Amino acid sequence: MIGIIRTLWLTFLHLFHKNDTVPYPETKPYLSPRYRGRIILSRDPNGEERCVACNLCAAACPVDCISLQKGEKDGRWYPEFFQINFSRCIFCGFCEEACPTYAIQLTPDFEMSEYVRQNLVYEKQDLLISGTGKYPDYSFYNVSGLAIPGKDKGEAEREAAPIDIHALLP
Amino acid sequence: MIVPMPIIIVVTFAAVMGVAAVSTMVERRLLGFFQDRPGPNRVGPFGMFQVVADAVKMLFKQDWVPPFADKPVFLLAPIVGFMAVLLEFGVIPITPHWSIAGDLNVGLLFVFAMMGLAVYSVVLAGWSSNNKFALLGGMRAAAQMISYEVFMGLSLLGVVMTAGSFSLHDIVLAQSRCWFVIPQFLGCIVFLIAGIAETHRLPFDLPEGENELGAGFHTEYSGMKFGMFFLAEYAGVAMISALITTLYLGGWGGPILPPFLWFAIKVVFLICFFILLRAALPRPRYDQLMSFGWKILLPVSLINIVLTGAILLWQAGA
Amino acid sequence: MSVDFSVGLYGLIAIAATAMVITRARPVHALLYMVVALLALACLFDSLGAPFAAMLDVIVYAGAIMVLFVFVVMMINLGQPDETRERSWITPSNWFGPSVLAALLLTTLIFALGHGDAATGPNITEVGPTAVGMSLFGPYMLTVELASFLLLAGLVSAFHIGRALGEKR
Repeated sequence: MIGIIRTLWLTFLHLFHKNDTVPYPETKPYLSPRYRGRIILSRDPNGEERCVACNLCAAACPVDCISLQKGEKDGRWYPEFFQINFSRCIFCGFCEEACPTYAIQLTPDFEMSEYVRQNLVYEKQDLLISGTGKYPDYSFYNVSGLAIPGKDKGEAEREAAPIDIHALLP
Repeated sequence: MIVPMPIIIVVTFAAVMGVAAVSTMVERRLLGFFQDRPGPNRVGPFGMFQVVADAVKMLFKQDWVPPFADKPVFLLAPIVGFMAVLLEFGVIPITPHWSIAGDLNVGLLFVFAMMGLAVYSVVLAGWSSNNKFALLGGMRAAAQMISYEVFMGLSLLGVVMTAGSFSLHDIVLAQSRCWFVIPQFLGCIVFLIAGIAETHRLPFDLPEGENELGAGFHTEYSGMKFGMFFLAEYAGVAMISALITTLYLGGWGGPILPPFLWFAIKVVFLICFFILLRAALPRPRYDQLMSFGWKILLPVSLINIVLTGAILLWQAGA
Repeated sequence: MSVDFSVGLYGLIAIAATAMVITRARPVHALLYMVVALLALACLFDSLGAPFAAMLDVIVYAGAIMVLFVFVVMMINLGQPDETRERSWITPSNWFGPSVLAALLLTTLIFALGHGDAATGPNITEVGPTAVGMSLFGPYMLTVELASFLLLAGLVSAFHIGRALGEKR
């Protein structure tokens, strides 16, 4: 009996509490930069695509919503096409974790409803942004040992010059 | 001021419909506030036109009668429930001069008779839907409403004994010195609980029981027939509030403000209290509900009658 | 609307509804017509100046007892086969005998009514709840007490049946 009256009183007091919910489209909730929303493909600081078409994201994806095809240009790998089917994506972020080059990133944006299901298949031009995303200074080719035009072997950051195996000097 | 009867009837009917419709919205808003959220606030200022939107939705929905249903009874059920609730309002004295049959000498019994007929609405809806969930809901409704009608009637006898009349007008007049909620406190509590069970509102909405019966007796109803059940339920809440006001809270009586305003304030307060009960209390199990009624409410109401009778006799003797 | 006219109307409704009770094959429909008959009866009581009796008729018979009947009929869940069997029972050979007897009773009743004092008419006095209570606890005290004993016996036996079922479980 006392419990019932106490419940009634406490519920009544909630009349004067602040609302927990917000009127959504007008006031948007704060989303942290690490929020797992719409997936993008970023570029390195030079403006080149970061993605090297390694397929690790597609392999990590638990719902198989990523598909891509490797292409090659001037010694750099890049995806010829890169599709993410957002009608299947579960926004788990495994692709972001699997990516060795920080190319694929999840952003704090979730407003991507469509009336036609087909429109949820995002192509590369929809995914690719012009910026660097969450890692502004990182460029995969600058830290990897691969030779590309303009950067020979041993010229990457914190990389020693390659050893000439034909020389007899130690 | 003498107002012609047809105007009284039309205005009362419109007021009841209005209160029932608006209380659907008020309930949703208040439940929202109790749960720390704003509730429906999009349609019109403060969400006031939500009622209109709901009504339009109800009216334009397909009015579907399931092929396996017993059609005439299926159509009859919501009408019976709605009519019974509306007729009950006929004997409520809203102000000294504003009531359809407020001084009917069997007014209180008339209310009871109509409540008894309102049981048919849920029972027949459950049976005619030809659906096992609806049938279970209808059976629960029948048992619950018949039992709680008993306690309701017994709890009221104290008021009738003190006022010495079944006429609601006389009962209000008898409260000019002291509201019956003070001498008849036990009776008032029993009446309130039985009233909740009678209108099968939460926490006693076992006939509907969303989680186990999927809306219970009105599972198969859609469109305006469902709307009539819905309106009848809210009109029933307003009805119980008006009855408690009349029987225990002194009806239109009150200082300074005009009688109608006092009546309205009390009724609105009670409707809000009903909503608070819905927001705060969990639903009991069905057997708990029945045993609570027969093992607690029945003795309490009998004790109330005996005490009231003893006090009345003692006062008459002294 | 004069009293005579309304009394006749309610009486006709009651008779028609009762006829429907007898002829319906679906038990729930029959019960509903019985409720209508009881309501018409209540209206009849009211227009004859007995509002208290009318209200009790609605509360007790229409509101409680008939609901229990409907409840039980709902529970036993009669289907199409029961309905066809019921229909087969309503044949002329079956209802001829009872209706002759009922007609005999009716003629006796009409005969008795025709020879009694014409009590109806303009001198209808309304019997309010106070008058009913006064006469119940005045001249009819013994009957009331006997009826209460009967109800107590019913209550005790119902309680006993409930207890026995509870112990078996």
